[in-house]
Formats: sequence, C-alpha cells, structure tokens
Amino acid sequence: MAVGTGIAIPVKRPSTFSPAGVWRIFRRYPVFPLFILLFVLVLPAIFADVIAPYDPLEGQLSTRLSPPFWMEGGSTANWLGTDKQGRDILTRIIYGARISLMISIAGIVIGGTIGTTLGLCAAYFGGWVDSIIMRVVDTFLSMPLILLALVVVAVFGPSFFTVIGVVASLLWVGYTRQVRGESLTIKSLDFVARARVAGASHTRIMFRHILPNVVNTIIVLATLEMGSVILLESTLSFLGAGIPRPNPSWGVMVADGRDHIIAAWWIAMFPGMAIMLVVLSANLMGDWLRDQLDPKLRQV
Amino acid sequence: MQRYLLIRFGQSLITLIGVSIIVFTLARMSGNPLDVLVPEESGPEVIEQISKLWGLDKPWHEQYIVFVTNAARGDFGNSIKWQGQKAMDLVLQRFPATLQLASLAMVVAVLLAVPIGVLSAYKKGSWMDYLGKTVALLGQSSPSFWIGIMLIWIFAVQLRLLPTSGRGEWQHMILPGVALGWFPVAAFMRLIRSSMLTALDSEYVKLARLKGVPEWKIIWKHALKNAAIPPITFFGILVARLLTGSVAIETVFAWPGVGLLALEAVNARDYQVVQAVVMIVSAIFIFMNLLVDLAYAYVDPRVRLG
Amino acid sequence: MTNAQAPQAEQPKQKSDRRVLEVKNLKTYLYTRWGTTQAVDDISFYLNEGESLGIVGESGCGKSMTAVSLMRLPPRPAGRIIAGEIILDGTDILQLNEEEMRTFRGNKISMILQDPHASLNPVFTVGNQLMEAVTTHLKEKLNKPQVIDRAVDALRMVQVAAPERRMHDYPHQMSGGMKQRVVGAMAIASRPKVLIADEPTTALDVTIQAQYLRLLRRIQEETGVSIIFITHDFGVVAKMCDRAVVMYAGKIVEQGTTRQLFNNPAHPYTQALMASVPKMEEHVEKLYSIEGSPPTLYNLKPGCRFAARCPLVDDRCRTEYPPDYNGPDGHTAACWRLEGKWQPSLS
Repeated sequence: MAVGTGIAIPVKRPSTFSPAGVWRIFRRYPVFPLFILLFVLVLPAIFADVIAPYDPLEGQLSTRLSPPFWMEGGSTANWLGTDKQGRDILTRIIYGARISLMISIAGIVIGGTIGTTLGLCAAYFGGWVDSIIMRVVDTFLSMPLILLALVVVAVFGPSFFTVIGVVASLLWVGYTRQVRGESLTIKSLDFVARARVAGASHTRIMFRHILPNVVNTIIVLATLEMGSVILLESTLSFLGAGIPRPNPSWGVMVADGRDHIIAAWWIAMFPGMAIMLVVLSANLMGDWLRDQLDPKLRQV
Repeated sequence: MQRYLLIRFGQSLITLIGVSIIVFTLARMSGNPLDVLVPEESGPEVIEQISKLWGLDKPWHEQYIVFVTNAARGDFGNSIKWQGQKAMDLVLQRFPATLQLASLAMVVAVLLAVPIGVLSAYKKGSWMDYLGKTVALLGQSSPSFWIGIMLIWIFAVQLRLLPTSGRGEWQHMILPGVALGWFPVAAFMRLIRSSMLTALDSEYVKLARLKGVPEWKIIWKHALKNAAIPPITFFGILVARLLTGSVAIETVFAWPGVGLLALEAVNARDYQVVQAVVMIVSAIFIFMNLLVDLAYAYVDPRVRLG
Repeated sequence: MTNAQAPQAEQPKQKSDRRVLEVKNLKTYLYTRWGTTQAVDDISFYLNEGESLGIVGESGCGKSMTAVSLMRLPPRPAGRIIAGEIILDGTDILQLNEEEMRTFRGNKISMILQDPHASLNPVFTVGNQLMEAVTTHLKEKLNKPQVIDRAVDALRMVQVAAPERRMHDYPHQMSGGMKQRVVGAMAIASRPKVLIADEPTTALDVTIQAQYLRLLRRIQEETGVSIIFITHDFGVVAKMCDRAVVMYAGKIVEQGTTRQLFNNPAHPYTQALMASVPKMEEHVEKLYSIEGSPPTLYNLKPGCRFAARCPLVDDRCRTEYPPDYNGPDGHTAACWRLEGKWQPSLS
C-alpha cells in the first residue's frame, strides 16, 4: 500500500542514560550472545592454560565424584565438581572450548572454501559443470549424513582430523547452493561483462569480480553454521565417533556423565549447558549479522 | 505434471546411485574384505578361491555392479557381529522401533508447532510470540542427546515417573519422543512463524479482510494454506533428521532401532550391516523427498498446473 | 440471475442527492518508529447515491490511506484513525465494534485493490474465493448449488466468458484483466452501497484499462452503486467521475464537480495538475510538470503544505494554513488567493 508521506513529527530521542536506553542497546546489538561467545568459548579457548585450575587429563583419585561447591560434600576446590577419575569439570569445560572452537573454525574454513569455489564455478561456467556440481549437491543433501559420518569415522578411526573432514564435507553444500544462486545474478551484471571484454581470465573474474560481492553471504552463513558445527561435533563425540577420549570434548564429557546420571548428575549437566549456551549465542549472533549484512538470506 | 514427475523420479534415481557409489567406496576403503573373509594362515589357493567366490578378483567397477545388483535384490550379505543373520533382515527387524519413535516425534511436533507458530505470527510482539521465539531458539540450540539425559535425570531418576530406557510399555516412548521431537518443534515453529508473517502481510489477506471475511478464517484458511508451503519443503529434511538424529536418542535411551543398530555395527566394524542401514535409510530419505515434492505440488497449484 | 437480486439490477438507479457516505473531519495518523505521519489530516467530503467521486493526487498524498480508513482497515500496527466521523448509509462506522464493522465490509462498502496479481489468493480457486464472498454476508443458509449459481452470476455480471468453467481456475491461470474482473465480481457480490476502486487500472495493460472502466460504469448503471475512484490520473476522473476531491499531503485542497475542476480549477495545485494533463485538441510544445515533490516526513512547517512548490506563494502561505473557501455550486478550495472572491467556510 502506498503509505502517505504526509507530515511527520519526529520523536525526541532520550539522550540521557536510562533503563529504556539500556534496553534499546540490548535489543539493537547482540550483547548477550557476544558476552557468552567471548566468555564461554573464545577466551577460555585461548587462555585455557592460564585460567584453568587443574590439568584436564589428570585426575586426583582422592576427590572422585565430588559435587559442585554449593552441594553437601562439595567445595570451592572444584567449583563444578569432579568426574569419576577425579578430574575437575570446570577445567575440562574450559579446555573443551578449545576443541569446539578449533573444530568449528577449521571445518567452516575448509568447507566454506570448497563450497564457495564450487558455487562460483557452477555459476560462472554453467552448462555441464553446473549440472554435475548441483547433482552432487543434491546427492549430499539427500543422504543420512550422520550415518555416513559414523561410517567415515569407523573407516579412518576417530581423530581430530576425521571430525574436521566430516564437518567440512557436511558444510560445503550450503555454501555451494547459496554462492551459486547469488553469483548467477552478479554474473549477468555489466561490470563482469566488461572485465571479460577486457580480457580478464576466468579465475580473475571469479575471484576478483564476483567473489567480493558474495562475501557478506559467506560471512553470515559461517556464523549461522557455527552453532550447527558445534552441535555436530558434540554429537559425534558423544557417540564415540568424534574426538577420542580422554580429550575433554564437551560431547565426550556428556557421554561420560551419562553413566553416572543417578549418582553424579553434574558430570553431564554442565558440559551440556556449555554446548547449549554457545550454540544459542552463535545462532543469535548469526541472525543478527544476517539482518545487518544480508537481509535477503532471511528465508534460509 | 507427468513430465515433472518423471524428471523428479529420474533425479531421485541418480541421487540413489550417487549414495551407493559413496557407500561402496567407503566400505572398500575400510580395508581389504579378504581380511575378514579368509581364515588365518590360509594358503594362496584358498585366498584365490574365496576372491573368485566374492568377485574380488574382478576390476572395481565390476565389483560395484555386483554390489548394486545384490543390493537391489535386498542382499547386503551376512552380518559379522550377529552371526547367521542377513544384514537386510537385521535392519528390517529394527525398523519399526525407529519408525514408531520418529512418527511420535513428528506428530507431536506438528500439533505443537502449527498453533504456536501461527499465533506468534498473528500476535507479533505479544507474550505468545516471545514464548514461541524462546522455544524455537532453545530447541535449535540444545543437543538432543543432552536433553535426553536431562529428561532421564528429572523424570526417571528424581521424580521416578517414567522408565529410564528400553522399549516396551507406552511409558517408554514418552522421554525419547520428547527428546527427539524437541528440534522439529522448534524448526517447524520458526518456519511457520516467518512464512505466516509474509502471508499475513499479503494483498490477498488484505482483500479477504476487505471482503469482511472473519479473522479466524483469514488466519486458518487464507494465510495458513499459503504459509504451509515452505514448511512442507522442510518436511523432507526433517524426516531425514529424525531418522538419523535418532542415532543419538536411541543410544541414550537404549531404544532398539535402526540408529542403535548402525552405531553397534560401526563399532563392531560390521560393514555389511552398515551398508544395509545407510542404503535403506538413504532410499527412504530420497523417497520421502519425492513425496514432499508431490505434496508441494498438491498444495501449490502454481507448481501443479504451471 | 437469481430472483432475489433481479429487481434491483433491472432498473437503472437514478442519481439522487441522498448522501450515502459522509466523511467529517477524518484524521488517520501513522505512528512509526521515526515519528508520527499525518497521512490523512482533517478531511471532509461526501458521496451521493449512484454517484462517482474521484479522489485525486500524487502518490503519497494520503488518498490510499483515505480509502482504507473508509474500510476501517488502516495498516496495522502503525495506522490509527484518531478522529472524525464516517457516516455510511446513516451509521457512523467509527462507532461500531469490530464484529459489526466486519458485517459492513464487503457488504455495504467494498473495495477493489490496485494489483490484481497479488490480491487473489494463489492457492484457492477463483470459484472458492467468489463463493466465500457470496456466503460471508448471507443471513439465510444456501445449499451449494445456490451458492455456485450466485458466484457464477457475479462472474457473468463482470462479463467473464464461460463463467462456469472459470470457477475451477486458479488465479495464476488468468490474465491480469480477468483477475481484476474477478476482484470486481467479489466486490459487488453482496450489492454494496459504496465501491472503492483504488487505482483499479494502473496494473493493467493500457488496452484493457478503458475496457475495465467501461465495465465499472455498466455495473454502476445496473446496480446503482456509488463508486469512489482513487487515482492519480485526471483522465480517469474525466471519463468516470461526477465530482472529484483533490488531495495534497494529507489534506483536501479542492473539491467540486468534474466540470468545475476542469474548466475552472481554483487551487494552484489543481491548476498545475490540469496543466500537466495532455490534451488531444491542443498542440503543446512541452507538457507542464510541477517542480519538486510533496513534503517528506520531516518537512513539517506551519502554513500551506503546497507553499514550497506553489508559483503564487506569499508570506502568509508559509505561516498560516488557509481555510476552505466556498465558491459557486458546492465548489470549494483551500487557498489564500481566493480571499475576497469566495466565502470562507465557517467550520
């Protein structure tokens, strides 16, 4: 509908500090997710050796299965309690952040690079290149990927690199589809044709002319996928097909806690909460970035 | 319409072939099958005999043809872990349990997600909307295996209301059903909310209002049928997620379904069973996507007739 | 045609002086994040039975907002009708509750939207949507064949060929002109007193436009419905309207009969609009166009809203909004230039 322009009375913005002003900042910027990502994921991952109170792999048998500090029998020596081998839960969560961060960054970078390149190629060359790439994408989209991931891990054995490989092979599809779609429109624009007339090579046109125009999409996708990568890694680790024990992956820790859920609920509870908070924040962050950079992705 | 069907069918077939190639390759990469088949300390002539029997002396593309023709007949060989059982039979035995859980989660998801999603779009900015958004966010952010364990802790360990694991009475289904349904509720609701917002903002809804159509009819007839189109596309992805996502849930609740079978087979390096599971679940998944496209065409006349 | 509706349709209605719609001091404001927009600001006009009234102005002048205000459906959640009276057939619809208002919409007053491609629901058949229009305001219960009969009648009324077959079509199978006819059929299905046509032909092919306007005229002759044309096109006004209202920036600047506005435009804005209409009889070197654009959101100034673009502006125009001046035979305009020539209106 044509909205009448008419005459406007501007609303005066309160310039002084007020609860309403703080609330507006909270609504406009992702304060909460940034805070969580920083203090639960990034800072612990970087400074794990400095801030963690104990060794993540060595436990003290004297303090096995001790509860969190507020419970009877708990103490501030182990804030969030200990597991069956007497390892400090808080320490392991801090070191676990390192694993989650590294896996998600490595997986997203590798998957994103492959996916973006293939998407650019599909859009730029079109024809049979496009057909083949998109058929492969469809195949990947219609496979039970967690099951395949289990098979891959069974074949190559669980390790850091297997998990990154699995994550990357799951992620590239999304990039290919999105980048292809957007590059198709950009490809038809004037400046690409001009570059071609000027004799630029295929690679140059793809990476110097088209790529910079889809970079926003790539960033938004990367943030949006961070959450699902962390979920995937923890699920694989939980199933014993991810990060091998005794490494403190959050998923492994939940798996350890599962066997002691009756006597020591805290072993499973806290790492799971860490996963949830981080994934939640990554999703919120991604939503916010998408709205800022690339509103047309809203349907994704 | 027939042409469309034919094309979609052809694409599905190609996808299925793609899956079979990947499965075949992975299984061959897992090591020489002879190691499993041949008794230790056999002479070279025994090895040769067995190779011939299984077609392992032939070039790999012929081996693949043998694999596919056998698979098409439902023959994936015998299980190694479960001696004397055919891999295919094992999958078929376990399948009903998975199907039961997945359909429960699905039904619950639709029953919850549709009304909440619709109302939170209609009353945008209300407490209903915030509730919906919160549920959606939490649902998409929580690891389902952890939710399962926490459900066990609360309802089985602390409150002693429900059994911790296994399959049997109806009570056994509740906790795994909730844990599995958690994600689809959230995903569906989010989708319905956003497509409902678009539909409610459309000119045809405006015209329906101008016609004096009652609000309930505008929401549940005019807007919802349009808003249902994107969630239907998502349905296929969701079924796949339920079938495979059940790996974690079935593990947590010791629910004897296909997911648990797959995990057990992988841990035992029982590739015959693994191949069978992956191929069958993929086939179901591809078939579901085909069905979804048909449903899509049914709801949207522009696809059906255009 | 069913018997229940036949008598009404058979004898062409005479234009009368009975006011079927009277709008008094209507204000519809939009409350947005950036401020309050006075989209419709204190406007008054009336519509006689069987008459056609044009509401003319550039885009953004508040004419569409006026239309949706008459339906009591300003855009949610920003729009609100904050003052005035809308007396439709003796009832002030602003006093009705929502449910009562709903029984008026599409029944006593209906509306045709601009874009026929968007205004039909893509997932239901044309018949389904027509039948809904037929049954929504029915008191008595009809069986299915009767409802279908009435829907087919409505299609016949808008001159759709083979209406029985078209009932099963989906909107995407129809052309734009055909869709707009269906929308028209839905609008008149309940025999409304007033039909609002919001730029009904702008989205149509040029060749179809005149055809559609003729159709509306025919419907008016058959049913005696009063029509409000919302348009930016003085050609439509000349062809279709008995009287017209000229709006600028949320205000009515001039109203009168079509003849008065064409032969003797009183407000400089109307004069400028007239000068920018191409005429067949005269040869002109260059079409006149109005400099500048209507005031935007933050351009709030006291005084005449056209002052910034007016060739005849003086100091008083910039500081004080002119009152309405009454000219001969109901011709009114709001411009200081008329002081001393016409009588200022008291309200």
